[in-house]
Amino acid sequence: MSPKVRIKTLKIDGRDIGAREDETILQVARENGIQIPTLCHLDGLEPIGACRLCMVEVRGSSRLLPACVTRVEEGMEVTTKSPRLIRHRRMILELLFAERNHVCSVCVVNGKCELQSLAVALGMTQVRTPYRFPRFELDASHPRFVNDHNRCVLCARCVRVCDEIEGAHTWDIMGRGVNGRVITDLNEPWGESNSCTGCGKCVHVCPTGALSEKGTLREDAGKQRDFLPYLTLMREVRR
Amino acid sequence: MPIERVLAMASAQVEAESKFEHHIHVCVASGCLSSGSDRVLQALRDEVKGRGLENKVLVKGVGCLGLCAAAPLIAVFPEGTYYQAVKPEDAPEIIDSLGKAPIERLHCPTDRPFFQKQNKIVLENSGYIDPLRIEEYVARGGYQALIEVLTEMSPNAVIEQITLSGLRGRGGGGYPTGLKWTTVAKSPGTLKYIICNADEGDPGAFMDRSVLESDPHRVLEGMAIAAYAVGATRGYVYCRAEYPVAIDRLDKAIKQAKKTGLLGPNVLSTPFSFDVEVRLGAGAFVCGEETALIASIEGKQGRPRHRPPYPAESGLFGYPTLINNVETFANIAPIIRNGGAWFAEIGTRGSHGTKVFALAGKVQYTGLIEVPMGTTLHEIVYEMGGGIPDNRPCKAIQTGGPSGGCIPARFIDLPVDYESLREKGSMMGSGGMIVMDDTSDMVDVARFFMEFCVGESCGKCVPCRVGTAQMNDLLTKIIDGKATKHDIVHLEELCELLRDTSLCGLGQSAPNPVVSTLTHFRQEYLDRLVETDEEAAS
Amino acid sequence: MTKARLATVWLDGCSGCHMSLLDMDEKILEVAKVADVVYSPLVDTKDFPENVDVALVEGAVSSEDDLEKIQRIRKNSRFLVALGDCAVTGNVAAMRNLFGVRAVLDRSYRLTSVPAGSPPDQIVPRLLSRVRPLHEVVAVDLTVPGCPPSAGVIHHVVTELLAGRTPDVTDLTRFGA
Ligand SMILES: Cc1cc2nc3c(=O)[nH]c(=O)nc-3n(C[C@H](O)[C@H](O)[C@H](O)COP(=O)(O)O)c2cc1C
Ligand code: SF4
Ligand code: FES
Repeated sequence: MSPKVRIKTLKIDGRDIGAREDETILQVARENGIQIPTLCHLDGLEPIGACRLCMVEVRGSSRLLPACVTRVEEGMEVTTKSPRLIRHRRMILELLFAERNHVCSVCVVNGKCELQSLAVALGMTQVRTPYRFPRFELDASHPRFVNDHNRCVLCARCVRVCDEIEGAHTWDIMGRGVNGRVITDLNEPWGESNSCTGCGKCVHVCPTGALSEKGTLREDAGKQRDFLPYLTLMREVRR
Repeated sequence: MPIERVLAMASAQVEAESKFEHHIHVCVASGCLSSGSDRVLQALRDEVKGRGLENKVLVKGVGCLGLCAAAPLIAVFPEGTYYQAVKPEDAPEIIDSLGKAPIERLHCPTDRPFFQKQNKIVLENSGYIDPLRIEEYVARGGYQALIEVLTEMSPNAVIEQITLSGLRGRGGGGYPTGLKWTTVAKSPGTLKYIICNADEGDPGAFMDRSVLESDPHRVLEGMAIAAYAVGATRGYVYCRAEYPVAIDRLDKAIKQAKKTGLLGPNVLSTPFSFDVEVRLGAGAFVCGEETALIASIEGKQGRPRHRPPYPAESGLFGYPTLINNVETFANIAPIIRNGGAWFAEIGTRGSHGTKVFALAGKVQYTGLIEVPMGTTLHEIVYEMGGGIPDNRPCKAIQTGGPSGGCIPARFIDLPVDYESLREKGSMMGSGGMIVMDDTSDMVDVARFFMEFCVGESCGKCVPCRVGTAQMNDLLTKIIDGKATKHDIVHLEELCELLRDTSLCGLGQSAPNPVVSTLTHFRQEYLDRLVETDEEAAS
Repeated sequence: MTKARLATVWLDGCSGCHMSLLDMDEKILEVAKVADVVYSPLVDTKDFPENVDVALVEGAVSSEDDLEKIQRIRKNSRFLVALGDCAVTGNVAAMRNLFGVRAVLDRSYRLTSVPAGSPPDQIVPRLLSRVRPLHEVVAVDLTVPGCPPSAGVIHHVVTELLAGRTPDVTDLTRFGA
């Protein structure tokens, strides 16, 4: 057990809440049944605060803070829903939909996609920002898996799970800005990757249909994302 | 004793220089080099040698003389005459004229406000010393501050002086330097790092490059003093690889300083050790952001990360790290030499000291200037810059590069300091200053900077990655006359989104050029709109 | 009581949304009691009429003809609904945007037809360089995603609109539903 961990008290959406000092706003909110939308975050992976969907307001701070990487503090007053937050989250989601080619109707994970669910959760039925329609190739060189850049949201979950959990670091992100894309090894076809162990963790943590298993139909293309906390827990116990 | 050795080096140099009757300084900073000043230098040397005047006339390469528009520049002492646009063929005539009336044809008058209104602290040695010779730096009082600090001052006393001086970071944010040093000093740990941020990514900015090219030891001295003050033992200068001249001079300066015992283990035979290394960046704007810069030095991708923890607490390789800008470090030695109170006297109430600007755009005289904080835009544009060519009206002044904004000419009496600029929707930034006349198209200006941000966004966070690209498209749509008022609404929503939700300063401030032009020059946007979707589609 | 004037339009879509509409089965009779279908692929009217109360538009804007139509529809309709993913997002119809018109026409008229032909330059409306969802071209009053939206959702939307209320579909349907 870790030595002394202090307990902090704070307010989230007006509710008084107690939390361990090493917890993030997101963790505490979830423990208390308060929903904050997230995309790049996944329990069991290092948080990176990249998607910015989890932004919350903290009283006394003019800036919005990402709940997934912001630690709780004594006396904090957090607001997870406000007109401004809702507007911003919607817009971020719209930007994500507009960035690449997310054609839900013809996607292997239609119905099981986190991006799609976010649209439902945030009540988004229209992308007002113009679609960009970039052209991306598909990498189907791996015998079991496919990488479809058209559906990638650059959350870097695959990069992190491969590095932090599997220890292979096959994935990385190449390029900057809207030209960034995930690559295997030094931008070699996935099927030719020497470092890939074929464990498939990346496929399971991918929130969209960007990484999928070949030959799976919609019905069983479901992804198991909850294996990570167990895996990390088991490792910690062993250590 | 190394200290005596340094002092002896200084007096030997002073004496050596005093033997010459005439000194000719040829600017060999990048601006003049690109106009062939190295050939001018050689021609002058050959001429002096040919006439057997080696013991009477000293010809040397020096750092930036300031008026880069008139390159190549040379300065002749003791008269202090400047010559502009000098060619190698002019060498004989220049040597002929020594001690006589200046050559009219080449003369560059220095009684202009461009030169007269400057107050050189950071650039005090620029144009006077040969950046490749530590002797010349030392002869002008260089490393005296370090000696004083190491022999007479406690780390706390050093920080006290810096705090007293009111110096604020020159890298753009304007964070109080003394406070930052205190934080790093207080961070527990025996291993701490100093980083000098020489990434200078703003388009058009070249202040830091010029300081490094003209006076590299000044930056090293500032870093060493900082290291002593906060308890660091290792330092890095993170410089973009596009600055080969600066890198070369820095490398040589580090070698000389080590050889002289001013860097390395047991500096000047004291218990203080400090080692400096140069790290090259590949020229990504975002790598100027401190956490991205640190990642880059660590060998990782140059992407920012969430703060806290701040580098002061957990920086390079997880150790407490002090990161300051080139110009910030360049101010340290003079502050120690003259005292914090002296520095605090210069400038305005909230912004002390001077600031170096790269003055560019529609003014008669462009180049590098160092002015006290609080100098007005009017003084800079109309007096120092000599006004707008062809007597055209000034329309706006852009400061702060892609993170700044356009200040309309009606605020021409604005004092240039951190607060005033911010109030008007711009910022100090690193010191780029672009003057625009009535022919400038403000929507185009906004798009220029947005396009830059699109290319430089690291892509880690969604609002900046996609938002800048969408804003750029919207601006293009407006410029192409295909936008309606809804597009302006959408553009403003994106401005707010990026400011509120981007991970790092790049995305947070990327809307600034758009916001400031929308605020001050809205009509230029509205004039380009079409009424209906139908017109837009046609 | 004067009946509301309802129109349904088929632009660049697969007609799936209209199939779904017909899947309302007998409920369509209820709708018929309060509204006249004044224009639809299912009725025999050549031109989009004036004074339409509610227009349900399926499909994206892909050709010059679509563009003209949607602009006229907008002018003549009080309430315009983008029905289904193609109308709302471009969906499958817009996938050609990744390749460009040229490549798409070549593929269908030259590379895959035997004997190789050439893209038509008469009668068939010219394709726009880019397929767009409705709202990128005209103002849209309500978006109903789904591929296709279910008959139930369409029924809900129509009856609510005819009753003078704007329905909230966020919990009823989604992209790709
Ligand atoms: C996108 C971005 C680019 C930056 N580029 C630079 C730069 O080129 N040079 C610099 O000194 N600081 C730059 N900064 C500021 C640094 O993050 C940091 O605040 C600064 O180096 C601290 O030094 P100072 O306190 O001396 O200003 C940049 C910040 C951002 C967000
Ligand atoms: S704001 Fe832009 S540059 Fe900064 S982390 Fe986000 S994507 Fe990268
Ligand atoms: S979940 Fe917090 S930024 Fe993505």
